Amino acid sequence: MAIEVRIPTILRSYTGGAKVVEGAGDTLGDLLTDLDSRHAGLKARLVTDAGALHRFVNVYVNDEDVRFLGALDAKLNDGDSVTILPAVAGGAFGFAAAAALSQHRASVAGRVAHDAAVAAH
Amino acid sequence: MARYDSLLDACGGTPLVGLPRLSPTVPEGAPPVRLWAKLEDRNPTGSIKDRAALFMVRAAEQAGRLRPGDTILEPTSGNTGISLAMVAKLRGYRLVCVMPENVSTERVQLLRMYGAEIIFSPAAGGSNQAVATAKQIAAEHPDWVMLFQYGNEANARAHYETTGPELLHDLPTITHFVAGLGTTGTLMGTGRYLREKVDGIQVVAAEPRYGELVYGLRNIDEGYVPELYDATVLSRRFSVGTRDAVLRTRQLVEVEGIFAGFSTGAILHAALAVAHEAVRDGRRADVAFVIADGGWKYLSTGAYGGTLADAENALEGQLWA
Repeated sequence: MAIEVRIPTILRSYTGGAKVVEGAGDTLGDLLTDLDSRHAGLKARLVTDAGALHRFVNVYVNDEDVRFLGALDAKLNDGDSVTILPAVAGGAFGFAAAAALSQHRASVAGRVAHDAAVAAH
Repeated sequence: MARYDSLLDACGGTPLVGLPRLSPTVPEGAPPVRLWAKLEDRNPTGSIKDRAALFMVRAAEQAGRLRPGDTILEPTSGNTGISLAMVAKLRGYRLVCVMPENVSTERVQLLRMYGAEIIFSPAAGGSNQAVATAKQIAAEHPDWVMLFQYGNEANARAHYETTGPELLHDLPTITHFVAGLGTTGTLMGTGRYLREKVDGIQVVAAEPRYGELVYGLRNIDEGYVPELYDATVLSRRFSVGTRDAVLRTRQLVEVEGIFAGFSTGAILHAALAVAHEAVRDGRRADVAFVIADGGWKYLSTGAYGGTLADAENALEGQLWA
C-alpha cells in the first residue's frame, strides 16, 4: 500500500498531467521529498525556502488540514489520502472583492492621476 | 413570541435545536454525544450573513464612512449581497452589486427585489472579468463605499458579540463549535468568544472543496487568504467535497426535517466526524453547528434529487457554498 496524493490542475505539469500520484513517507515532509524524486520541482512549489508550507497552498490528509496536524511533520500511514489545493476563500468572489478593494484604495490615493487620465480621453 | 421595532432588530437570536435522530448513538453507560443546529436561516433575509451585513453597515456609519444616500459597492452574488441589499434599503443607502451575467436567475431576482442595482460582467470572462469590472467601477467612483467582508473586522465582531453569546447561553455545556469557512468571520468571531469562555472548546472549520473547474486556472501565487483569518482560533479544519456535502444536506432534511443549502451539508459532515470521534473515545460532546441558509436558492441546481453522482455533476464548477 502507498499514500495516494491528489494533484491540483495547476501543478500537473510536474506529474505529466496525472491527477493522482502515489508516494511514501512517515510524515508529509518525507512524502513530498519522495514525490519530488520522481516529479522534480513539485516540492519547491509547495514548501518555501524557509521550510514551511507555502501560504497559498492547503494540504489535507484524509480531508483534514495538515496545518492543524503538525504541518510538514504531520504523521502519515499507508492508505492515507493526501489532497493538495490552492487556497481560495469563499469562492471566486473572494478574489473579486480583494482585487477590487486594493484597486479602490489605490484609486482613492491616485484620484488626481485618474481624473487627469479621464480628461485626456 | 418576541416583538421587535423593525426587521433589523429581529436579526440574530436564532433558535438552537437538538438533532436527536442524527446524533450518534453511544454505548450504554457512555457519556452522551449530541448534535445541535443553530438555525441561521431564521434571520431576516434567510442567512447568517444578515449579522455581518448589519454590523458592517453600522460600523461604517459610526466611523462616518457612510452617510444617508451613499452608495455601497460589493462584488457579490451570494448571501452577503442579499443581506446588504436589505440593510441598505432600511438604512437609506444605494447598493450596487457586481456579478458575472451567468449567475442563477434566482439570485438576480432576489437582489433586484430587495432593491439592489446589478452591474453584470461578461459571462465569458468568469470571475476574472468580474474582478476587472469591479476594479474599473471602483476607480470611476472613489466615493462609493466597499465594505469588503473578507477584511472587515465588524464581520467577525458580529459573531463575537451575538452568535457566540447566544450559543453559550443556550448550550452552556458546548464542547465543539462547527461552521463554514468562507470569509472566516463566523469562525473567528464565535470562536474567539467561546475560547474566552469555555475551557477546552473545539472550534472546527468546514471548508467546501469545489469541483476542479473552480481551482483549475489559478496560479498558486494568486491564492487568497482572507485578512480576517487567524489560524490560532481554530482547532481543526476539514475540507469537504461536493458529494459529502450533498449527501449530508439530503440527510438533514430526510432525518431531521431541516431544509438547508449545500454549505450546511459540508458543515454537518464535519460535525458528524467530531461527534463520532467523541463516541469512539468515550467522551461527552455537545456539538453545535451552523445552518448557514435554507435550500430554496439552490433548488434550480437539481442537486436535491437524483443520484449523488448526478448531483455532483450538477454542482461541478459551481460555487455551492
